[in-house]
Amino acid sequence: MAASRFLRPAGALAAAVILAGCASPASVRGTGDLGLVIERASGSVQIVDNTNRASLARVNGFGDLSHAAAVYSRDGRYAFVFGRDGGLTKVDLLQARVVARTVQGGNSIGGAISQDGRLVAVANYEPGGIKIFDAATLELLAEVPSTPGPDGKGAKVVGIADAPGNRFVYSLFEAGEIWIVDAADPRHPRTTRFRDVGKQPYDGLITPDGRFYIAGLFGEDGLVLVDLWDTGAGAKRILDGYGRGGEKLPVYKMPHLRGWAMAGGYAFLPAIGRDEVLVVDAKTWKQVAAIPVHGQPVFVMARPDGRQVWVNFAFPKNDTVQVIDVAALAVVQALKPGRTVLHMEFTARGDEVWISARDDDRLVVYDTASFERRAELPARSPSGIFFTWRAHRIGL
Amino acid sequence: MLDARSRRPSPAPHTGRAGCRLAAALAAAAVATAAHAADPPPAREAELVRLVRQDCGSCHGMTLRGGLGPPLTPQALADRPEAMLAATIIHGRPGTAMPPWRPFVTEAEADWIASRLKRGLGDDGR
Repeated sequence: MAASRFLRPAGALAAAVILAGCASPASVRGTGDLGLVIERASGSVQIVDNTNRASLARVNGFGDLSHAAAVYSRDGRYAFVFGRDGGLTKVDLLQARVVARTVQGGNSIGGAISQDGRLVAVANYEPGGIKIFDAATLELLAEVPSTPGPDGKGAKVVGIADAPGNRFVYSLFEAGEIWIVDAADPRHPRTTRFRDVGKQPYDGLITPDGRFYIAGLFGEDGLVLVDLWDTGAGAKRILDGYGRGGEKLPVYKMPHLRGWAMAGGYAFLPAIGRDEVLVVDAKTWKQVAAIPVHGQPVFVMARPDGRQVWVNFAFPKNDTVQVIDVAALAVVQALKPGRTVLHMEFTARGDEVWISARDDDRLVVYDTASFERRAELPARSPSGIFFTWRAHRIGL
Repeated sequence: MLDARSRRPSPAPHTGRAGCRLAAALAAAAVATAAHAADPPPAREAELVRLVRQDCGSCHGMTLRGGLGPPLTPQALADRPEAMLAATIIHGRPGTAMPPWRPFVTEAEADWIASRLKRGLGDDGR
């Protein structure tokens, strides 16, 4: 790593403190207000501080981050970054350096960390399946290949999430299945399969309490729900045929379900091929509303207190972010953070939100109460933003 | 209200600006048909390369080595005729996740993209 030129004075000072290492008491600090920003085109990440709205360091050497995700160790010090090229990289936020890295597959989409923090699972497109690693060393402990799709190749894994009991839950795109892998004995994981759950599950999520796993379907209008308290009940279809009768628009970017929104007793979900956010009663899983929005939603994320839901949009309407008021179930604000908004991340208690504007090479920080811009930070083609509070959330 | 303008063309061709753009696109297509497979102007070429990497890349990967969609490298496309690729770009593939890109590229531009994909897009844009 290098204390790069782009560091602002406050950031440079903080980085210098970090670089001084852990030997000096002056360097002691927590990580609770730190985070990572993926710089997708250059294979680098920035380490950022969301109290001082500062960039602390840039770390290079992550390979192809054109699609990337990150999870955190439970001490909030290390991030595990999953790159498009199958790279799994463990980075130390305090020392701003890569401490372990393995290229474990040909093409990956994301991963998850186990409840006990000891295992990291990577979801692979190529070869289809998951691999489970020791979080301390990145030693490979087990592989779970997926069943073949219609093309004979192992189906692509999407929507991986951790579940209580050191389990990982995910969906198979071509095969139309949901799998639960129990990694209580990490070298001998046990798999529970739910077959024929629906056509082309494209992403999935787990509710914040770790009870319900929900996969979105691309191949048909609907979602699939598995109750992890009652797996014997099987996979259940919800919102079957939502928006039936209306014509579906072409989809230029798949929505993401992870980091989704539970707020006010509702779940807020992106509608596939529609300029709508679906509102679902989280007790009955019945649709209660469809809120018209600016474009096709990509991320639909609740502010941590659940009063607001923020939405960004697919190409070509990706210069806009809208805010839904949960009490009113209506859009109350539209913002233009920059060209090609790819991701949003709230601070732990939601006073501010960080937004990446890829084609303007910047991060924009907004106050979520006044919607004022608090700061702008330069970043190279920024995409995902991941703050360390994720370390303590089931499913993130 | 939304005030700032999107840099990218709107898919709804009923607004004034998009209407002009559509007319321009049709004119460009007509010219391109007359002078078969004429290359787009350099500035537009750069835009198209960016579109392929960044937006086709949402599914096919920014390096075009595949994602939820199949790889679009010269090796992967070796046995696919250019005309078929261009038609897939324009019309999409019903029954799959591939959408039609007709709102954003002309047929001549799709031909150009297909030919560039067959040759390899190079490292620009990375």
